[in-house]
Amino acid sequence: MTNRWIRTALAMIATLAALLIATEAAGASTLHRGTSGEPGSLDPELISGTWEVIVVEDLFLGLTTDNAHGDAVPGLAKSWTVSPDKTRYTFKLRDDVRWTNGTPVTAQDAVFGLRRAVDPKTAAPMASLLNVIRNAAAINVGKMPPDKLGVSAPDAHTVVIDLVSPTPYFIDLLSNPVSYPLPKHVVEKYGKDWIKPAHIATDGPYKFAEWVPQSHIHAVKNPDFYDAKDVQIDDVYYELTEDRSAALRRFRAGELDINNDIPIDQITWLRKNMADELHIAPYLGTYYYVYNMTKPPFNDKRVRVALSMLVDRETITDKILRTGEKPAYGLVPPNIAHYDGPVKASFAMLDKAERLKRARQLLSDAGYGPGHPLHVTIRYNTSENHKKIATAVSAMWKRAGVQTDLLNADVTVHYAALREGDFEVARASWIADYNDPQDFLLVLSAKSSALNYSRYHNPIYNRYLDEAAHEIDLKKRAAILRKAEITAIEDAPILPIYYYVSKNLVAKRVKGWVDNPENIHPTRYLSLQP
Amino acid sequence: MIGYFLRRLASAIPTLLAIITIAFFMMRLAPGGPFDSERRLPPEVEANLEKAYHLNEPLIAQYWDYLSGVLHGDFGPSFRYKDFTVTELIRSGFPVSLKLGLSAMVIALILGVAFGTYAALKQNRLGDHAVMGLAVTGIAVPNYVVAPLLTLFLGIYLRLLPVGGWNDGALANMVLPVTTLALPLIAYITRLTRGSMIEVLRANYIRTARAKGLPTRVIIWRHALPAAILPVVTFLGPATAAVLTGSLVVEQIFGLPGIGRYFVQGALNRDYTLVMGVVIFYAALIILLNLVVDIVYAMLDPKVRYR
Repeated sequence: MTNRWIRTALAMIATLAALLIATEAAGASTLHRGTSGEPGSLDPELISGTWEVIVVEDLFLGLTTDNAHGDAVPGLAKSWTVSPDKTRYTFKLRDDVRWTNGTPVTAQDAVFGLRRAVDPKTAAPMASLLNVIRNAAAINVGKMPPDKLGVSAPDAHTVVIDLVSPTPYFIDLLSNPVSYPLPKHVVEKYGKDWIKPAHIATDGPYKFAEWVPQSHIHAVKNPDFYDAKDVQIDDVYYELTEDRSAALRRFRAGELDINNDIPIDQITWLRKNMADELHIAPYLGTYYYVYNMTKPPFNDKRVRVALSMLVDRETITDKILRTGEKPAYGLVPPNIAHYDGPVKASFAMLDKAERLKRARQLLSDAGYGPGHPLHVTIRYNTSENHKKIATAVSAMWKRAGVQTDLLNADVTVHYAALREGDFEVARASWIADYNDPQDFLLVLSAKSSALNYSRYHNPIYNRYLDEAAHEIDLKKRAAILRKAEITAIEDAPILPIYYYVSKNLVAKRVKGWVDNPENIHPTRYLSLQP
Repeated sequence: MIGYFLRRLASAIPTLLAIITIAFFMMRLAPGGPFDSERRLPPEVEANLEKAYHLNEPLIAQYWDYLSGVLHGDFGPSFRYKDFTVTELIRSGFPVSLKLGLSAMVIALILGVAFGTYAALKQNRLGDHAVMGLAVTGIAVPNYVVAPLLTLFLGIYLRLLPVGGWNDGALANMVLPVTTLALPLIAYITRLTRGSMIEVLRANYIRTARAKGLPTRVIIWRHALPAAILPVVTFLGPATAAVLTGSLVVEQIFGLPGIGRYFVQGALNRDYTLVMGVVIFYAALIILLNLVVDIVYAMLDPKVRYR
């Protein structure tokens, strides 16, 4: 009896092992990419997350597209010219790009895509990025019909786009999915259902094959892609890996070739054991606290500056996070294009003792001291790291006698509270939508009040931003934007803490991977070493 | 019996209606909405989104819309999964949860009853203590500890089994999650069976059977087990519901596309329609399972009659 059991068990194990080896051998040019989130849609105009772009960018082709370094390069548009005042772009399109149903991709599809993106009925989350195009803003609020958008197609292979003002990052913007050309004939025929497996037509290096929600999306190489000869990987599986520790185990077991996140609590182990496969690189994002400037005492600049001075960023990045993040004393991260940064708050050069002394002085000037301590509530959304940082910050503030309460909530509740101004000091962050300092600086402008959680308002700051928007000379523009950032940082509506890094696991057999500040890695440039 | 069955089904309708109503309004009372996320959207874009999902209409109108949709079998589109309807998501997720849950349940039932009976027969001897010791461990160690340990040894060190993914329900992918799910169930069923078996073995009719000289095997199988298994049957209803609905942790750790994660993720993302769809589905499932338990109970226990 016992013997038979053991024999059966052994036979089962052997079969399983054989099965496993068989699957591995067959997958020579199959890439398994773990992504920490699942796309909300494959419709390029309905997405907003970086993890969604990973899939959509493999399936579709923009007028411009990203290269392995994350820089915008010609895509559907093979070349373009810009008018002297930098507000009219004329694109010449390739004539060898087809939708996966065989229909050629034309200038009409590009015009259609942009019009649909700004149409309020589409409700595209990233529509406001296209407000640089003439009439886009008015169309998006329903004040003008979509066909008034400043985009036209004089012939099947030419697209002309008129802008509101010079926009140095416009070429980069066109590689964002919200601006992709769409298959007009398919979308018009099937409406919202055009994205369903039965109807979807794409024009990128990969074709949609299957989507099992909560599990994976499968895409296969598009043999008709214009550059198909340079696409090495035949099958891509985008595997959903919400649980980071589980993702690491799957990576170690060889089930994943790439994963776009790591379990941060295992960073020491990873550095020691998987140094070659751990890719940590600067990323265009900033982690900061916002002060509610409509509530006393945070309407007092002395209080804001003092609290900011007391935070020892180096301790947070080196002792708490330990994943290579850089201490932040400004809003715009380093490595950003068209800029001369990073800007640092003027107290950054002072040593710790001096900062503590000055912070105490500022607080006492503002009327706070041992007899009348300042009391602050820090709000953050639930996450182990946010909690650790809030705890550290409250300990740092305590040195100057500031008392702190911590209040955490899940992410939806947190951001609803920020929107409604129901906070004193709260955790926030900004990740670049496009590679330009303006994207960060707009967060503090009165125009985007919904994003301006601090309700910061300084006419000088806003004037600099307007001035920069009309400056054609890139150097001069960078200098104006820098002045704007210095103005804001000295006013301290926010307390910058650190600049983000991207954290990827990339197996050694994956070739063609280039760490870049936008953390963009299209599959078409990757290959697998046999 | 058919009349009883139909009456019970009919009584489920007001229950479901109450659940739908309460869940609908509770979901809307929760602070934050489906568009509150790390990536804040400009107000004009948010207004467009609210219009697209009819969230700008009065709540009561949304409620009636939803209710009439449900009556027509339409659970609406998901907020988070824009390319899928809620019905499509449940249809794709439930077979996974069902296969996982039922496999775990069947294994747990067979092993649990066997271990429990064995322990009862060896009461207070080494075999009993060994089995019960294991059972207590099985209950005490949570599955988020068991799962990583199993994957570490069998998946990473020995490379015998895949550590994640569903792979269309291939046997190799099922082994670890089913084991993880089944372990605490085996433990519970073992304890339940042991307890009631000890009690039953002391009953007069068992003594009579022994006095008649029946072999132990027959006494256990024919006379003791049907009576001893009753508490297990009672446990099975809620346990099956719990396994089908609550395999969240296991689904998460092994990256399985079951339905459990929709519930939690939907609630966190304020994906109103998805949460409502899953709530209604679960409620109907639990009502149905309880009914099945009552019927099985009556078949096993002649004292229970349908009324």
